[in-house]
Amino acid sequence: MSKMHVSTTINGEPMEFLCEAHDSMLDALRGPLGLTGAKEGCGTGDCGACSITVDGRLICACLMLAVESEGKSLGTIEGMSQGGDLHPLQRKFLEMAALQCGICTPGVLIAAKALLEHNPNPTETEVRFGLAGNLCRCTGYDKIVRAVMETAAEMRGAA
Amino acid sequence: MTDTRYLAPQTLDEAVSAFAAAQGAARILAGGTDLLVQMRAGVATPGLIVDIKKIGEMNRITENADGSFTVGAAVSAVSLADHPRFGTVWPGVLEAVNLIGSKQVQGRASPGGNLCNGSPAGDSVPAMIAAGAVVTIQGPNGRRQMPVEAFPAGPGKTNLAPGEILVSFTLPARPAGSGDAYLRMIPRTEMDIAVVGCGVSLTMKDGVCIAARVGLGAVAPTVMLVEDAAKALIGTRLEPAALAAAAAACSAACRPINDKRGTIAYRTKVAGVLLKRAVAIAAERASRS
Repeated sequence: MSKMHVSTTINGEPMEFLCEAHDSMLDALRGPLGLTGAKEGCGTGDCGACSITVDGRLICACLMLAVESEGKSLGTIEGMSQGGDLHPLQRKFLEMAALQCGICTPGVLIAAKALLEHNPNPTETEVRFGLAGNLCRCTGYDKIVRAVMETAAEMRGAA
Repeated sequence: MTDTRYLAPQTLDEAVSAFAAAQGAARILAGGTDLLVQMRAGVATPGLIVDIKKIGEMNRITENADGSFTVGAAVSAVSLADHPRFGTVWPGVLEAVNLIGSKQVQGRASPGGNLCNGSPAGDSVPAMIAAGAVVTIQGPNGRRQMPVEAFPAGPGKTNLAPGEILVSFTLPARPAGSGDAYLRMIPRTEMDIAVVGCGVSLTMKDGVCIAARVGLGAVAPTVMLVEDAAKALIGTRLEPAALAAAAAACSAACRPINDKRGTIAYRTKVAGVLLKRAVAIAAERASRS
């Protein structure tokens, strides 16, 4: 089986990797690219643990073929902090203990960031719908939703 | 495991010839939200994957000079939601598309894929049928068109001939006084499969309904057009008797299954209830258009 060569950009860095045509983007991230922040929960697009952005759009990496990333710009959890400074969402999740086991957290953070970029002043209902594609089996969601609301308020204040 | 090849052609002709040449061993990739799940489960083992997202026509939303819209088969739910005009003209179609899966899924999933997947419960399909959308199909023998309601053939089956690819939807121009709506019944508030889905499109003039179309999903082997429900609405002022007659026509059209999501009796009753509620929303939108 001949491998395919893919050139893409991940968190602003040009990257190249080899993959099979049927490999998912999540396979490539966690395999040859060594970026294990995106998790595999279900592998069928239900849980959101593998959430990433592609050209700014939120998707599940398990539902995209790795070869489709050719020429695209991807954002993963590894690129969320800037120069060692945590993103406000990351800080707030720590402060408010909006996580327990942490498996869902990278996906929740990526989805929450995409939500706030689209809607800096969401209602609680909008946050809950915006994160409906991210399953957490620990927190009961309340702390996550509150942390996202608090971050949004803080970011609006800072803007 | 069999070797899978991946092709991302720039033109429709290239896509059609590669797809047809593979003689059934190929699958079309738009958003992949069904295909990749099937591949992972071993249900689909395509020898060739034809990615149609690099084909301009497949990826474009066009508001035509006559007021109609053409939506490429690979256009994602998010692209449709981001379009400045589509949701204003077709709010019911957009709300149906936006019910499909999570934000993550909507970043990739397309109404074209929803139709080609052939699910009796696909959310965008009843709304497209109500809208009177026509699909354009291209295959080895050229192009043809058919109304959306003629496309599904049964659960997981479509009336695409071998080698044919869905290219686009065309939604007709909207006369003044028109509105559409889509409602689905699910046991929770988000991220579920319709127990019943109902799309309604109306045109009102001086308080009288002069045109109507009704699409019903998840209550028969395919999503379907319910002409008797539309007939019960046309020519009326949508008074309670007319709504009751249209609701009865919806229930009469149901041939559902019993499953864990709903019984035959429940689905049949809910089809009529959703019709009345969707008509109310569509009529309110029509009054503002």
